[in-house]
Amino acid sequence: MQRRKVRIFFEKVIETVLGTSSALTSLAVILITVFLFSEGISLFGERPIEKNFELALNKNNPVNHLTSLQIKNIFDTKITNWKEVGGLNQQIKLFTINDIGQYFSDDEVGAKFENLPKCINDLVTRDTAIIAYLPAKYVSKDFTGKKLDIDKITVGSFLGGKEWFPTAEPVAQIGILPLIMGTLWVCFGAILLALPLGLATSIYMAEIANQRIRNIIKPIIELLAGIPSVVYGFFGLVIIVPLLQRTFDLPVGETGLAGSIILAIMVLPTIITIAEDAIRTTPNAMREASLALGATQWQTIRRVVLPHSILGITAAVVLGIGRAFGETMAVLMVTGNAAVMPGSILEPMRTITATIAAELGETSQGGLHYKSLFALGCVLFIITLITNMSVEWATRRRKLA
Amino acid sequence: MKKLISIVVVVALGFTFMSATIKIKGSDTLLPLAQKWAEYFMKLNSGSSVTVTGGGSGVGIAALIDGTTDIATASRKIKMDERLKLQEAGRAYKEVAVAQDALSVVVNPLNGVSKLTREQLEAIFTGKYTNWNQVGGADMKIVAYSRESSSGTFEFFKEKVLNKKNFASTCLMMPATGAIIQSVSQTKGAIGYVGMAYVNKTVKALSVSFDQGKNFVAPSMQTAVAKTYPIIRPLYFYYLTTVEAKVKPFVNFALSADGQKIVSAVGYVPLAK
Repeated sequence: MQRRKVRIFFEKVIETVLGTSSALTSLAVILITVFLFSEGISLFGERPIEKNFELALNKNNPVNHLTSLQIKNIFDTKITNWKEVGGLNQQIKLFTINDIGQYFSDDEVGAKFENLPKCINDLVTRDTAIIAYLPAKYVSKDFTGKKLDIDKITVGSFLGGKEWFPTAEPVAQIGILPLIMGTLWVCFGAILLALPLGLATSIYMAEIANQRIRNIIKPIIELLAGIPSVVYGFFGLVIIVPLLQRTFDLPVGETGLAGSIILAIMVLPTIITIAEDAIRTTPNAMREASLALGATQWQTIRRVVLPHSILGITAAVVLGIGRAFGETMAVLMVTGNAAVMPGSILEPMRTITATIAAELGETSQGGLHYKSLFALGCVLFIITLITNMSVEWATRRRKLA
Repeated sequence: MKKLISIVVVVALGFTFMSATIKIKGSDTLLPLAQKWAEYFMKLNSGSSVTVTGGGSGVGIAALIDGTTDIATASRKIKMDERLKLQEAGRAYKEVAVAQDALSVVVNPLNGVSKLTREQLEAIFTGKYTNWNQVGGADMKIVAYSRESSSGTFEFFKEKVLNKKNFASTCLMMPATGAIIQSVSQTKGAIGYVGMAYVNKTVKALSVSFDQGKNFVAPSMQTAVAKTYPIIRPLYFYYLTTVEAKVKPFVNFALSADGQKIVSAVGYVPLAK
């Protein structure tokens, strides 16, 4: 009697431990998601200009509004005349606070910068062609220039923008379309390469190979999964990149295809192991029945084994895609990371993960760049979520059919 | 015996507390150099203690403003807004150039071009020129390699060579200097920029001209020290005048002949005497 009570108590304890573990896991996932989205979403509605800075024009300048791309081109001197943005035919004059020395002596500014607001006001009032980039607190209260409105970041400009210059001054360019396209190109290239190869290998290992060959191949494939991704990246940079360059006679070998090939090698073990396990779950009775009816081995595989294990194979593919989307280091090293809209797989590309990894370390916490990287993380999260859900939906339909 | 040990311990403890730790924080470029200096300095002055941390020039100067570091190291000059912040905090500071860093522009050894002007470099990296025949080379597409935007080298190159204009979005962004050397050595039309100490035989360093093509200077230790090579930046120490007595011995050591010998050993350019 006593013993039974102890046993029941123990079982209760174990139940609680198991329950708490799963609760903790779910909690961690929820916390990460909430954190990611709360940091990411706060990006929208921000002005893409440094906090407490303003852009000012002379008040007689007819230009009232500039897009952030126009501002960048003005400061890059790609636009040099006000005429090009709807103003007068006048050479644009750039001014930042560090140029103050060219216009005023230290004495005029004052030892404690006490005359700085007045100097700036004079300058902006005097020069009709000026565009000035200033800290807001040095814009005097009776400022006679015109403060420029700057477009706030919206979901549309974030997802649809084609310029990624998050550190550009004075106005950051936060458009992630090239990064999304880069990620999709590289991943689908990888799956296209890895799927046939992985599926063929798993069928061979599960159905055709004898035990001895299997004992050799299996550990090799598992070893493939154990190689650190930096090593893959280095291999890609030194071997695959020059190879592609020579084969396709490209000006540059760091391309989306190099990333796809490396990713394909990296997702192979995932696809092969899971697909093989799935194929093995086909009951032997079904195989034997098929063979007994006179079907050949290939017919059995195609008509009996594969349809039976299709769910597991789909799961393998999804996990492979998930791995490909999330992989960072190897891709960072071989795709060249140019943030341009890719025209073909043989051009340099920049993926979302590579961008986050390369840039997050140097951003100031809570700043615009930091938030835009978190928003990028949200986009990545949503992409993987959609992939997973669409596959779940597809398999469920198949089950019902 | 026990008494003796305890006396030794107390005295040792006393010494450590008496000689306060010098805290150094800032530029990642200066990090290896500052660490070497600290190592030698502590060897020379037993009982002294110097801690060195990185984080970036901006981080170092922010710490100086907050008063959490004694010396801020910076691979660029202090910015106007940082000066304004120090001014608001009522802190007076001193600036000392302690070493220099030179960047080499490198191309593939098979490239016929061996010299470029600043204007040409700007046009190449901002995407205006796309073919080597525009700068007197063979008919070959230009492939420009840059460091990631998070690196100080990127900022320096942008400021000094591109006149603060943005890099073209078609530039390939590499995560490390080693990757740039590797890529330039295997890509015929490549051009990139790296710290002078990293240049090896697999790439070709270009002579550059910052006076519209009148004088071209090849990067070398001599031209860098003589300041005839233009793509060079001073590396700075910033400290508050209130802690001058405490940090002065270390600053003097860095500027001494021995200190400057360490500079060339680490791969940077010593100050001209």
